[in-house]
Amino acid sequence: MSEPATRIYTEADQLADPIAERAPLVLGGYDFHSVTEVVAAVVDQKAPRAWWIALFASMSLLGIYGVSVAWLVWEGTGVWGLNNPVFWGWAIVNFVFWVGIGHAGTLISAILFLFRQKWRTGINRAAEAMTLFAVVCALSFPTIHVGRIWLLYWAIPLPNQMDAWPNFRSPLVWDFFAVSIYGTVSLLFWYTGLIPDLATMRDRARTKWKRLIYGFFALGWRGSNRHWQNYEAAYLILAALATPLVLSVHSIVSFDFATSQLPGWHTTIFPPYFVAGAIFSGFGMVMTLMVPSREWFGLKNLITIRHLENMAKIILLTGCIVGYAYAMEFFIAWYSGNPYEQFAFMNRMFGPYAWAYWTMVSCNVISPQLFWFKWCRTTPWFLFVVSIFVNIGMWFERFVIVVSSLSADFLVSSWDYYSPTIWDVGCFVGSFGLFFTLYTLFVRFVPQVALAEVKSVMPEADPHFEGYSHGGGQPPVASSAAPSTSEANSDHVETAPFGEPVAAVVTSIDGDQSDGDSADNENGSEGEVE
Amino acid sequence: MSDGQKLFGALAEFANPAELFHACEKVRDAGYGAWDAHTPFPVHNLDRAMGLGSSKVPWICLVTGLSGAIGGFLLQVWVSMHASPLVISAKPLMSWQAFVPVTFELGVLCAAAGAVIGMLFVNRLPHHHSPLFESERFKKASDDGFFISIEAEDPKFDREATAQFLQGLGASHVELIVDG
Repeated sequence: MSEPATRIYTEADQLADPIAERAPLVLGGYDFHSVTEVVAAVVDQKAPRAWWIALFASMSLLGIYGVSVAWLVWEGTGVWGLNNPVFWGWAIVNFVFWVGIGHAGTLISAILFLFRQKWRTGINRAAEAMTLFAVVCALSFPTIHVGRIWLLYWAIPLPNQMDAWPNFRSPLVWDFFAVSIYGTVSLLFWYTGLIPDLATMRDRARTKWKRLIYGFFALGWRGSNRHWQNYEAAYLILAALATPLVLSVHSIVSFDFATSQLPGWHTTIFPPYFVAGAIFSGFGMVMTLMVPSREWFGLKNLITIRHLENMAKIILLTGCIVGYAYAMEFFIAWYSGNPYEQFAFMNRMFGPYAWAYWTMVSCNVISPQLFWFKWCRTTPWFLFVVSIFVNIGMWFERFVIVVSSLSADFLVSSWDYYSPTIWDVGCFVGSFGLFFTLYTLFVRFVPQVALAEVKSVMPEADPHFEGYSHGGGQPPVASSAAPSTSEANSDHVETAPFGEPVAAVVTSIDGDQSDGDSADNENGSEGEVE
Repeated sequence: MSDGQKLFGALAEFANPAELFHACEKVRDAGYGAWDAHTPFPVHNLDRAMGLGSSKVPWICLVTGLSGAIGGFLLQVWVSMHASPLVISAKPLMSWQAFVPVTFELGVLCAAAGAVIGMLFVNRLPHHHSPLFESERFKKASDDGFFISIEAEDPKFDREATAQFLQGLGASHVELIVDG
């Protein structure tokens, strides 16, 4: 069907992407049903051997974490490489590293939602899950670094027989509230987004147990529009709340440092600089996870090159902000005229930790500059390599900040070089085991792309979608002769074997629809219903 | 179909969001009250086509959020001035500037919890049983199906007339749902 000769657009019409060269968000000529099939196939089918191998590898690392933490709790924090003056070692480095990674998910789900960045729908579910797991890893480090972890509850304001209360003027108490509340709100946000998709999984479940378990968590969701209305209101509010929250969390983490008087920590640039770094590292980790995921789980048509390119652009932007912050720290150190401050930064660049500093600069400032080139932004394996550099660089950033500043403070007599022990390494490597174990379980049991949200940004989700009865000048009832779709939709998509993209899923709901906006993506392979 | 069993209502399926949208406008104009649309994703402006009022969730959220922030601030003041009045770095006991971060965080926590719990409360969820789930076809409502259900308890509901009315709106399939 060609476009009607005269068509009056109204304000309510959502046109196709205003910028002509923008690629569509869902490729492959998918209709609503094929989106469900492609994403749910990963969960529905029997787990392949590769998944078991991934789970085994992750759980082995998790075992290392368990052993390292058990030994730490048994023996005390002396098993780590901490010394006087470096009382904050890898535990705090790892904490800031993980909580930084945990910023991308909420940025994608909240800030990009408020800015109506529709491309977020392809990646937000996985990114939010990643956020949750990163926050779990992050919270574990302050927990174990207190040494006597059974007394951690002292951080909570609870009446007790000692009449002892937290000191609310301490940034460490703020941090306790910020990170734990961030984790809770992220979980609420993630679960709210998940409810409609759990209902989808419930309705497709072939075994009783699956239906019961998914059904339990779906809360009886039935796509009711009276429910959707409140749901959308709640989701919008959550996004509006999570936006300042995500910015506050890393700001408060930076207060842990910035409110101290230590040269190298005592800088006002820390809050924005930490937030930019957090987004930078978070998108690095999302990229690290998404590039293999779209390949292995056959999601290339939902997580497209356009999604990857957009993330690369954010990495480039935040990488430049981080680079600017590094430079500005040096400028302020020089401009302040404070000799301690000046020494701290010269020591960073040329002192005993210069190797860590230059690793950080190479990974965080230089490597993202490659994203000025389109080829670099659109080549998945290359994106993956750079994302690994970003992850490494951001860990070193926290190492440089924490350790280089502490190891050479005001008095030369108290200086000492810090080296980690095997238990530091065990805790750090092991935390990746915790992260990847959770992530591996997530991809197996939960739809890793937000089904309802992806469907809602497809062009045919719009009630004004061309080719539907509305625009053609026909009264709506005239199209009541539309074919019954029931038989056609029930089983027309071949579920792909795990890990292969679904081919030939193009069967449209009705004849009209495939001739509309998405026509340019279809290569004539559509099966007609009529 | 309904020998001795209670009739829940009529369920009609539509081919796409556009047809559902226009059908909803017609059902609204026909004056039905106890009815609903079911879609796999929120359809833009469908609440207007259905003639729904605005959501109450933001008000719940406002109340819980403000309570959380005020409560959090008072907690800190009480702890710092009465429960455990420690002078630290010669700061006044009532150093409200330092209480801003925790006040903000607790406000956000309570507002977020209020939004989610309020949404579930207003929607009367969790509610795991619905007669609609008896329909095999209704499983598509979470995949690619677009439905309108009109409940039998609606005063305007009539077994024959309502089904015909829905058929006339362009439904591809109409069925009566029995509360099993």
